[in-house]
Amino acid sequence: MSTPSTSGNLPSQSAYEMTHTDSAEQRATFAVIVDNEPGVLHRVVGLFAGRGYNIESLTVAETDKRAHTSRITIVTSGTPEVLEQIRAQLDKTVCVRGVRDVTKDPLGVERELALVKVKGTGEHRIEALRLAEIFRANVIDTNLDSFVFELTGAPGKIDKFLDLMRPLGLVELSRTGVLSITRGTEA
Amino acid sequence: MTDTIQDTKTLTGAEIVVQALVDQGVEVIFGYPGGAVLPIYDALFQDSAKHDDRLRHILVRHEQGATHAAEGYARSTGKPGVVLVTSGPGATNAITGIVDALMDSIPMVVFTGQVPTHLIGSDAFQEADTIGITRTCTKHNYLVKNTADLPRIIHEAFHIATSGRPGPVLIDIPKDVQFGTAEYQGPNEVTFGHTYNPRTKGDQGKIADAVEMIAAAKRPLIYSGGGVINSGPKAAEALREFAALTGAPVTSTLMGLGAFPASNPNWLGMVGMHGSYESNHAMHDCDVMICIGARFDDRVTGRLDAFAPKSKKIHIDIDPSSINKNVRVDIGIVGDCGSVVSDMIAAWKAQRHKAADLKAWWDQIGEWRARKGFAYRGSDTVIKPQYALERLQALTKDRDTYITTEVGQHQMWAAQFLHFEEPNRWMTSGGLGTMGYGLPAAVGVQLAHPKSLVIDVAGEASVQMTMQEMSTAVQFKLPIKIFILNNEWMGMVRQWQQLLHGERYSQSYSDSLPDFVKMAEAFGCHGIRCSNPAELDDKILEMINSPLPVIFDCVVEKAENCFPMIPSGKAHNEMILGDVTDIGNVIDAAGRKLV
Repeated sequence: MSTPSTSGNLPSQSAYEMTHTDSAEQRATFAVIVDNEPGVLHRVVGLFAGRGYNIESLTVAETDKRAHTSRITIVTSGTPEVLEQIRAQLDKTVCVRGVRDVTKDPLGVERELALVKVKGTGEHRIEALRLAEIFRANVIDTNLDSFVFELTGAPGKIDKFLDLMRPLGLVELSRTGVLSITRGTEA
Repeated sequence: MTDTIQDTKTLTGAEIVVQALVDQGVEVIFGYPGGAVLPIYDALFQDSAKHDDRLRHILVRHEQGATHAAEGYARSTGKPGVVLVTSGPGATNAITGIVDALMDSIPMVVFTGQVPTHLIGSDAFQEADTIGITRTCTKHNYLVKNTADLPRIIHEAFHIATSGRPGPVLIDIPKDVQFGTAEYQGPNEVTFGHTYNPRTKGDQGKIADAVEMIAAAKRPLIYSGGGVINSGPKAAEALREFAALTGAPVTSTLMGLGAFPASNPNWLGMVGMHGSYESNHAMHDCDVMICIGARFDDRVTGRLDAFAPKSKKIHIDIDPSSINKNVRVDIGIVGDCGSVVSDMIAAWKAQRHKAADLKAWWDQIGEWRARKGFAYRGSDTVIKPQYALERLQALTKDRDTYITTEVGQHQMWAAQFLHFEEPNRWMTSGGLGTMGYGLPAAVGVQLAHPKSLVIDVAGEASVQMTMQEMSTAVQFKLPIKIFILNNEWMGMVRQWQQLLHGERYSQSYSDSLPDFVKMAEAFGCHGIRCSNPAELDDKILEMINSPLPVIFDCVVEKAENCFPMIPSGKAHNEMILGDVTDIGNVIDAAGRKLV
């Protein structure tokens, strides 16, 4: 963040001009356990908006009715310094019970659900169905000239499936965003 | 049913608010009534009649005044400030003071009225989405949907506002919730809904490492901040003891003034953009920096890539997100300043460290001190603002004095020329930089310290932003002293326009100024004007000795600039002093873009 400048002509690094460009950006997935109360999502989203952090995807649902907690999974990106700051800012929010950086956890698993509508006839239609089988996608609706596939997997797998479907007539797409959990017995 | 009401402590929501405030030890509320808080005002009225004014309500003239007064009360006592305002405009007017408290970590609990729950979202009269608006400008906020939740929420709000890194907490109470009834529970009977539990005890391993690092330092520097004051008087004592043990020089942020006594030989004065010559040079050249309860604000660090380049840094802060935010540090210790510094003292003693030989470092500091960075050119004919503050310092130093300020040049001069021996004596808007802060803050300070001398060092522009609160001071017989350094300019804006914008003084002249003496009289205060340096002492004494609130119009040099100044985009050791000839060329194009 504060590597010495090599040239006197570099722009000043006052806090107002901090760009954090000297470290590479990384993708990170945070699992945030929050008190399930009105406005809690706004608090988390507002924190990201107010401090200029990215949100690449976000999922949220109540996960423990008795404890009244929800789990928010946020995919974001930033330099290691920014990611550390995001984690600290989330952690100090009053309604946040815990933050986990799933990306850093070797036991972390990420999954996403996609619903994909593909329109086509003839060879394209057959190829779409064949590829769907390879990706273990389910057909949840069909017409003579379209399919709706349901596909679960890591985001990369879904991206790959979409790349293949595009030339075959992909017309509509809905994705849940990433969910995450850790393997093993520990919560 | 009626005879069980007393036993089960069933109260209306409004009565619960009053009872909870009493149980929290609140003595003073700053507020302004309105439709959506009438039940609470009614409960206050009845409580006052029954219990001889145990909760004093201070009626302000504008809700912003309530929040700043609450801040002044909180900063000068260490207790949370409490505000009560109505829905809609009551809430929105309070926001500046709420953000101010958030930026400066001031404990505050704000109660806002809200339209009845069945009208929320219908654009009802005086409805505003107070919770939505204040979500990012409070430490936490609540919309109370059920009267039964009120006791828990209020007690939790006080806990959140006053623990960890303090800050404002807002409770929005719809009118039907104030009328509804529920069982009251005291502070020890409620179960908090959140798991909020900030860490206060520092990591002992890191504390031991930090002590080793400090013991080996040749050029150590303690950089203390508002966190030491927030931590309480014991933290200030620990800071003094630690400085004595290590022999290290001490500087402080604007917010931290008073935690370390200005008369102590280890004191270097304030650091930062308008800090002392010696503290900024020491900051740049130190080899171990011990940051205690400060947050490496841009006004302190200046240019980050040239900030204290030769130093290892230790950072003690109760807020984990402050550590490594702007400046990477070598040892970050999360914990309460008072607790961590006390542990460092214990570790220092346990490891049998002796103060290192810092003679070379102190000799160097002596050279910087000899440069006399605060020097200015005196005058027999016109009052120099620095001279006015020197005289104010001289004439108040042996008194029980509290100082508040507005924002601008006068604020920086006050930080430079007034000296503080104790914490909680200096109230200024640091993070948000709110013009109009000082006058209502003085109201809050004077309420907490009725016998003390409370002075708002003001500028003629700032003071007009919340001038209406003089009426509050008169109503409650609060003899605050408004000491206006009147240079007829928004001085800091003018200074920046001179330095950065080719002397194009766009909109910074304070035109059509009121006659402050007549204004004082109109409010029922005492007005004083002084423009002659020879009369200044007598008139300051006249101000001090007046039993009334005073507005002092101190007519000062118009074009004086505030120095030293670290120009934007420069390092600490590149600060400019008052005797630089061509200040127009000091700041380059890159620096001009900065704030």
